[in-house]
Amino acid sequence: MLSSIATALGDHAHRTSLSTTREYRVEGSRGALERRDLLMDRLVDYRAHVVQCDNASLSTTINQLLLVHGSRSVAMPADVPATWTDSLEAHVHRDDPVLSVTDLDEIDSTVSGCAVAIAQTGTIILDSGVHQGRRALSLIPDHLIVVIFDEQIVEVVPEGVARLAPDSAQTWISGPSATSDIELERIEGVHGPRTLDVIVVSSATEL
Amino acid sequence: MRVALFITCVNDGLFPNTPQAVVEVLERLGHQVVFPTQQTCCGQMHLNAGYRQEGLHLAQRFRDVFNDYDVIVSPSASCVGTVRDLYATSARSLGDEVLADDLEEVGRRTYEFSEFLTDVLHVTDVGASFHHTVAYHPTCHSLRVLGLDEAPKELLRHVEGLTLVEIAHEDECCGFGGMFSIKNSDTSVAMGQDKLAHVRATGADVLCALDNSCLTHIGGLASRARSGLAMMHVAEILASREGASHV
Amino acid sequence: MSKVFDTELPFPTLAKTALADAQLRANLAHATTTIRDKRLKVVGELDDWEQLRSAGAAIKDYSLDHLDELCVELERNVIAHGGIVHWARDAKEANEIVVSLVQATGVDSVVKVKSMATAEIELNVALEQHGITAYETDLAELIVQLGDDLPSHILVPAIHKNRSQIRQIFIDEMGKSGLAAPEGLTNDPAALAAAARAHLRQRFLSAKVAISGANFVIADTGSLVVVESEGNGRMCLTLPETLISVVGIEKILPNWQSLEVFMQLLPRSSTGERMNPYTSIFTGATTGNGPSNFHLVLIDNGRSSALAEDTGRDVLRCIRCSACLNVCPVYERTGGHTYGNPYPGPIGAVLVPQLRRGERTPLENSLPYASSLCGACYVACPVKIDIPKILVRLRSEVVDATRASARPRTPRDESRREGLFVSSALPTRHCHGWAGRAPAAAEPAFLTAAAQQVERGSRCATSAGDVISHVVRSDTPRRCRPGTRAGHSTCTADPPP
Repeated sequence: MLSSIATALGDHAHRTSLSTTREYRVEGSRGALERRDLLMDRLVDYRAHVVQCDNASLSTTINQLLLVHGSRSVAMPADVPATWTDSLEAHVHRDDPVLSVTDLDEIDSTVSGCAVAIAQTGTIILDSGVHQGRRALSLIPDHLIVVIFDEQIVEVVPEGVARLAPDSAQTWISGPSATSDIELERIEGVHGPRTLDVIVVSSATEL
Repeated sequence: MRVALFITCVNDGLFPNTPQAVVEVLERLGHQVVFPTQQTCCGQMHLNAGYRQEGLHLAQRFRDVFNDYDVIVSPSASCVGTVRDLYATSARSLGDEVLADDLEEVGRRTYEFSEFLTDVLHVTDVGASFHHTVAYHPTCHSLRVLGLDEAPKELLRHVEGLTLVEIAHEDECCGFGGMFSIKNSDTSVAMGQDKLAHVRATGADVLCALDNSCLTHIGGLASRARSGLAMMHVAEILASREGASHV
Repeated sequence: MSKVFDTELPFPTLAKTALADAQLRANLAHATTTIRDKRLKVVGELDDWEQLRSAGAAIKDYSLDHLDELCVELERNVIAHGGIVHWARDAKEANEIVVSLVQATGVDSVVKVKSMATAEIELNVALEQHGITAYETDLAELIVQLGDDLPSHILVPAIHKNRSQIRQIFIDEMGKSGLAAPEGLTNDPAALAAAARAHLRQRFLSAKVAISGANFVIADTGSLVVVESEGNGRMCLTLPETLISVVGIEKILPNWQSLEVFMQLLPRSSTGERMNPYTSIFTGATTGNGPSNFHLVLIDNGRSSALAEDTGRDVLRCIRCSACLNVCPVYERTGGHTYGNPYPGPIGAVLVPQLRRGERTPLENSLPYASSLCGACYVACPVKIDIPKILVRLRSEVVDATRASARPRTPRDESRREGLFVSSALPTRHCHGWAGRAPAAAEPAFLTAAAQQVERGSRCATSAGDVISHVVRSDTPRRCRPGTRAGHSTCTADPPP
């Protein structure tokens, strides 16, 4: 098969090379506060629910969201710190030992950190890394809470792509699951979590 | 300026008023118009239908007939698009780079009538008068091949007494498409009927465009519907002194 | 049962029927105008949209120009991450490979993520013939499958159905293959989506084998990118033990950074959103975090033939966004079935005749003429494929084929193809055969023999022998041969030392 490709292409002398200049926008122009506002704005536009808090009140904020959702159980990546869990009333299931698919299907919510968030598109990217754990955690329970720290927010897509390790298993999330397959009317909540809560954590002075 | 007129086969055969209007306007503006009598069809239909060799015979003729003229003007965006774009592409597709260069050269001297007025003569008011409500249909060739968007509308806006109305979804194809109207006549008519409906919804008395070919298509459907809508090429409106308040 | 396109009627004949279907036309008009407006809005937000389009076209052109090298690099990186790579010259080979892989797992059903490539090769039919049921999980594909119907659009395949029609399909058919539709199901889209969720959930949680395509595959990392909205992709790509991804070779991007361009071009052009709800990116096998068995099946199926064309090869830039469909006045009025194959609309009219070069049925001959050449598709295309120009070029091929012989044609008529190239006088750079390219030292003898055969043939492009189905390098691990069970002792996917 390769021979037919190579034959189709002819010799190397005529082949184009890749330009290194990027004429499109590669970085944002907004400051940190504006970026955060833009991200929250875009998330709300997708009908994700967004709250802000500071480091000290992260656990109580998570707890509040779980209560509002009526969750009695929550799955967490194995490495989340105690500062996230110490105020939680729901039963916490850390993913160690690994939670089975059946276990996860019975758990009400998941809490996860993220790798990077892109403000312009309202995109949260999980890369199975620190405080995020396996992809199944953020997929099976019906309620997902994602924790984003200010310094994880970039403005435009190229900045986001540059921060990611290519060989990590990633999930890019931009709102709850949706479909437009029925008469092109956008409906939320097909497979995957139907409720998405986002907590944006800032240092106290910036709130 | 000495301007060579490229009349086009459709106009020559069916709409002689249009090129006559072009002459009238250009002479009114003080230019000399000449008509090289050896001209023929530009070959657009042949090239678009896939008959490259035949179409390029006509392209070569065009190049030869218009060889001695600095400026060639035509009241057909589709023919000008053919000369400027399709000619060289077709020649290149057969590996004839020399012919392609020649054809690109003549293309650089060829202008659609309204773009000639606005971009070369830098004129938007040609002293016309036409007291009617007019809708303008941007033909696909004029809009997407030649990039003419605001310029023709500017010319119409400067016509005394003319009320210009906008057609909803104006940039949608009318469905003529040359060969398309023959090979896919059902779809062509469906598109034309939708276009006609949008035009009629404006309440205009007259529909104008830069291509008579599109106007034959919409006009045919309009007359079968007994709509009372008149079809006119933009050049004819620009030549009109009807009801002029000054001589 | 899976239905496939099997008409050979020409476009104008099929169009006549479609144009008379008032329900279809109403559905299409509503759908295409809605999505058109959405696209314009989000594209208008970006002041660098034209630069992104240019970059997208340039990156794709580079990839196509270096496709042979990138294929090799991709394979190396996928294997390095525990995946297995298979090569399929055509649909038949691809189906044989996938069927064998599924049989090796012992299951009799698989879950599928929507994939144009698998529709193109008619994979579901091949699986069925071997007693394997392929359950579509994308909502629109589910609707089409339950309704024993054909897809009519690349992105929203059930667009020709309205909510009442979908409700009826769910009520009539869901119970036959799984959880039935709930009592009193209304035609409210939210209720219909909820019914689909319930019907598919158990399937997702228990599936052992999934089949997907990919929107992009990245050569320098070996990563696959799957763009979706509903979450069915995530389910299929994360939960089963075995994942088989079928991908056309033209989907290869050179490097990770290219995603910064395409993850802007694709969502805005396809669904008219700033970003689609879910995108999954993974590399190779993701044991402990996804399927521990990953197979990548790369298909040619006519793509290298299109690659040889100087004008027509631009169709291989296509990222399957369907923006062209949504702006096409012909598609809007005739719908997707009229094009007679899984790729409808403007891109279908230029892609299909090139992928199926040599099979001049009345349908394929009519596709290049199924356009008024209005150019709206070219304006909308995120990778700047000049579709009108390619249509005109394909028309000249239809005409030239008629010139070359007056006798009736048969498919794969080699002398006729030669006539085409002689009369077309392709630029010489595409007429170099394998001659002058020394095979790598590690290549086995049959590969060298293949190269010599091609050189003797000394013809352009599409007549190249296709004599090898995959490249076996002595320095890469032996992959599982189809038919063996996973876990066989010779089937390792260890990285090279």
